[in-house]
Amino acid sequence: MAGMAGSKQGGWPVHVAVIFLVILWVLPTFGLLVSSLRDKDLLAVSGWWTALTTTERNEVGRAPPPDEQTQEDAEYVIAGNLFEADSGARVARFGVSIQRPDEFPVGETAEMRSGAMLTVNEDGSYRLVSTEPFEGARGQRLFYTAAFPPDFTLANYEEVLTSEGIGQSFINSLTVTIPATIIPILIAAYAAYALAWMKFPGRALLLSVVVGLLVVPLQMSLIPLLKLYNDVGAIFGVPSKTYVGIWLAHTGFGMPLAIYLLRNYIAGLPGEIMESARIDGASDFDIFVRIVLPLSLPALAAFAIFQFLWVWNDLLVAMVFLGNGDDQLVLTGRLRELLGSRGGNWEILTASAFISIVVPLLVFFSLQRFLVRGLLAGSVKG
Amino acid sequence: MAAVELTDLKKSFGAVHVIKGVDLDIQQGEFVVFVGPSGCGKSTLLRLIAGLEDISSGELKIGGDVVNDVPPSKRGIAMVFQSYALYPHMTVYNNMAFGMKLARASKDEIEKRVRSAAEILQLTPLLSRLPRQLSGGQRQRVAIGRAIVRDPKVFLFDEPLSNLDAALRVATRIQIAKLSESMPDTTMVYVTHDQVEAMTLADRIVVLNAGLVEQVGSPMELYHQPANLFVARFIGSPAMNIAPCMIEGANGQARVKVETGASVPVPADIPASAVGHKGTLGVRPEDLRVATDGDAIFRGKTLLVENLGEVALIYIDSGDENEPIIAKVDGSVDMERDVVVGLTAAPEHFHVFDENGRAFPRQRA
Amino acid sequence: MQHLISALIAIVAGVGACALYYFAANALLDIILPFRDASPRAVRNQKLASVIRPWLFLGPALLVLGLYLVYPVIDSLRLSFYDRTGEEFVGLSNYGWAVNDPEFRQSIFNNLLWLIFVPAVSTGFGLVIAFLTDRIWWGNIAKSLIFMPMAISFIGASVIWKFIYDFRSEGSVQIGLLNAIVEGFGFAPQAWITIPFWNNFFLMIILVWIQTGFAMVILSAALRGIPDETIEAAIIDGAKGYQLFFYIMIPQIWGTIAVVWTTITILVLKVFDIVLAMTNGQWDSEVLANLMFDWMFRGGGDFGRGATIAVVIMVAVIPIMIWNIRRANAEMENR
Repeated sequence: MAGMAGSKQGGWPVHVAVIFLVILWVLPTFGLLVSSLRDKDLLAVSGWWTALTTTERNEVGRAPPPDEQTQEDAEYVIAGNLFEADSGARVARFGVSIQRPDEFPVGETAEMRSGAMLTVNEDGSYRLVSTEPFEGARGQRLFYTAAFPPDFTLANYEEVLTSEGIGQSFINSLTVTIPATIIPILIAAYAAYALAWMKFPGRALLLSVVVGLLVVPLQMSLIPLLKLYNDVGAIFGVPSKTYVGIWLAHTGFGMPLAIYLLRNYIAGLPGEIMESARIDGASDFDIFVRIVLPLSLPALAAFAIFQFLWVWNDLLVAMVFLGNGDDQLVLTGRLRELLGSRGGNWEILTASAFISIVVPLLVFFSLQRFLVRGLLAGSVKG
Repeated sequence: MAAVELTDLKKSFGAVHVIKGVDLDIQQGEFVVFVGPSGCGKSTLLRLIAGLEDISSGELKIGGDVVNDVPPSKRGIAMVFQSYALYPHMTVYNNMAFGMKLARASKDEIEKRVRSAAEILQLTPLLSRLPRQLSGGQRQRVAIGRAIVRDPKVFLFDEPLSNLDAALRVATRIQIAKLSESMPDTTMVYVTHDQVEAMTLADRIVVLNAGLVEQVGSPMELYHQPANLFVARFIGSPAMNIAPCMIEGANGQARVKVETGASVPVPADIPASAVGHKGTLGVRPEDLRVATDGDAIFRGKTLLVENLGEVALIYIDSGDENEPIIAKVDGSVDMERDVVVGLTAAPEHFHVFDENGRAFPRQRA
Repeated sequence: MQHLISALIAIVAGVGACALYYFAANALLDIILPFRDASPRAVRNQKLASVIRPWLFLGPALLVLGLYLVYPVIDSLRLSFYDRTGEEFVGLSNYGWAVNDPEFRQSIFNNLLWLIFVPAVSTGFGLVIAFLTDRIWWGNIAKSLIFMPMAISFIGASVIWKFIYDFRSEGSVQIGLLNAIVEGFGFAPQAWITIPFWNNFFLMIILVWIQTGFAMVILSAALRGIPDETIEAAIIDGAKGYQLFFYIMIPQIWGTIAVVWTTITILVLKVFDIVLAMTNGQWDSEVLANLMFDWMFRGGGDFGRGATIAVVIMVAVIPIMIWNIRRANAEMENR
């Protein structure tokens, strides 16, 4: 189509429309990322979009307690800074009452109700001066309006990784996902080769069955398998919720798509190559291992990404076939639990959610090419 | 002893009979070419010999042993495929060594054989390349090299040149001919639909049609003495002209009469019983010439004159139901369209076929 | 650390055992039925081996397919005629319960909404985006970004969107994007996911957000697969942008649109995580898959009713299954 004037390249309305759509699609995830990096107290009181620019807001600071006062000549002085070092914040105005935190411009000196004189500078440094000694146990409250630059922190991540069990769940997710990705590939590749290139009675029927099973809803399997697992557990005296159990479950549920995808690919390999190998003296096993497997790498990769994303993101199968203990709860399960127990703690939810989606996103962006190929090859996942 | 012996070989896929009973003896060292139109079963026949298809019935012997159920790798054959069928993920060296590796040959032996095959085919500088880094002609040579390494009793070629462009095809054809000369004990069986390849390479050609052998013979035999209409029309380009005729005389005075009314003596042994029956007269375009006077056998308007420089092809109308008669004449002949011309040929160039399309045997000159 | 090591061992053992099976089974067959020479015995062995070998290759696959899909389908069907423990035959009473259960009816209604809205909107957006992004130089980047939610789990997406729908009572600062925008336009903020009927749509939007990328990728490939000549011919015939799109391009990709539509339809029937995480079926937002999960464990678990709901989902899928099989068979015949 290239080179046809007016057909391929869109004008500015197309650009604007696509920019709008992209923003619409990216914004939710971006909001999550920004929120997870914000201070948890701010997260609860202002929208995440305010964190991106310098914002002005009213704050309350507290001076050190009176026992830190120093005496300069006849005056008692308490000095300090409203901000932490290098915060980049700037005081705009300050006041002496909570109602009017913007009463005085910076640099001026105001009289507080206690009679002390307060001076606040733009960089946040302040000086309380009084002729009488300061008394009491607590420091003075200082009211001010300041402009805060964007400020991000990894504190939320530290918290969820250490105290909320996310780190442990991360390992659990990996333990579930890796074998549940590799095992079905291996099993399906052999079956796909047999279905594509070996002759045996019932081959066409088997293929139809596989295509039919592609769309069988997972829900159909849950109750019988739950019963079966419980029975097996009871009879052999083993736990019914094990990693082996969930590996096999994911293997079973992923098998139709795996066979379907791989068979289509393997059947499309040139038959003459396999015949040539046969003349060279290769057995079916040799042909599979030395010719078909290496040539099928793109399809294997495509399915691997599929299965990885599917298993990593799965909640239902994990909830049914794995326990709720720390040693078995996967990320999605943990996230769901947090939604229930910590529904208001957005700092925990956002950081946890981002940890759970970062692995699939990495996989997605680095291997997107294969994923697309896989999608195109078999867009009928059940 | 025949190197390859086919006895009433049959092959069917379900209800479709592809090979309907082929008998053929191929001698050791012989270069045999299977030709025929697409779908005639020539490739299937080759694959039966290779062992890539199961034989439905009949017997196949290679080197004197019945090999019907012997797997391909144990038949002492090597095959060069149309698509070359190189292993895309292996280097040229590994492509050629694959079979020997599977047979657990020693490293030195593999090295020696691969090197020598590569030397023959000028592949030595390419040994560490992958197939996708090679040109079409180079790939074809690797495929041949891979077959040489197997040191086969029988070399099988399945349309090996059809994926090459015209110039390369000629060069590779010559290379195959040389290869065959340099391996006088190796039997070659070659499948093609291209009659030029068949004529130039073959010791003997097997013409196949609809799963049956139409004729087996040397290229010149097929050209000069086609056994039937099919072979007559299949070998030679443009195809032999045919015209319905009436058989008028037999034995010593074999004659036929064509639709224009001309009666011509023909060099065929026609039995007396055939006289009065319909037949077909055949004559090759290159044997026809423009008739001078009343001796024309065919006469009609010129439909088209194609001047190819060296020769000119004249198409003349021979009645609505018949195909135009084509004459291949000297390129210097100046001919207009839409003029009536007569064509004739020397009597010894005529072929006569009976009602069933079988040729009457030609008289020995 | 301890856990990491045991996880590693488990991974290696699991995968290794699987690989070992094929190697060992194949080697065993070669030992039992040797055919290294060309003797009649070897020929017989060879034939026998070639009959057995496909089943060695297929065996594990058939086993897991049978155990994890075929058997459960049959057993679910059986269980739907049994009581909560799966021991006592109760005939059609589970189905009778379902027909009269308001929650079930609500789920059916909501599922129908989902079935109409999600595939239609996802496919529609996907088609439009595919069409537009093919027309700009940075189209692949745009596609990649819109495709991205595909990689996010439903539960992760639920957290993301719950944050967008977050509601604070009127007067406080809204930290949810939607309510902030609504307030910005001068309207009152709403607790979106608690508004019956409309909350369904707020949940569906999450799935649309995830699935549009899928539709876009497939449809984009289909659009690119349209022969350029047909489009060029139409341009020469004087067709303009939208005419090209509706009269030339769309008719040529109907098959692909159908595939995308049905694939999303199947997904919608099974959607569970989003509803579980967002509302758990409250405020009239229940769907079949979540209801089924609920009954699996409610009050110690009611296998009969759970299985009944599963069967209902299965029945809804069957037409698509038949269509798929026909399509696949037709494709294979074309090869």
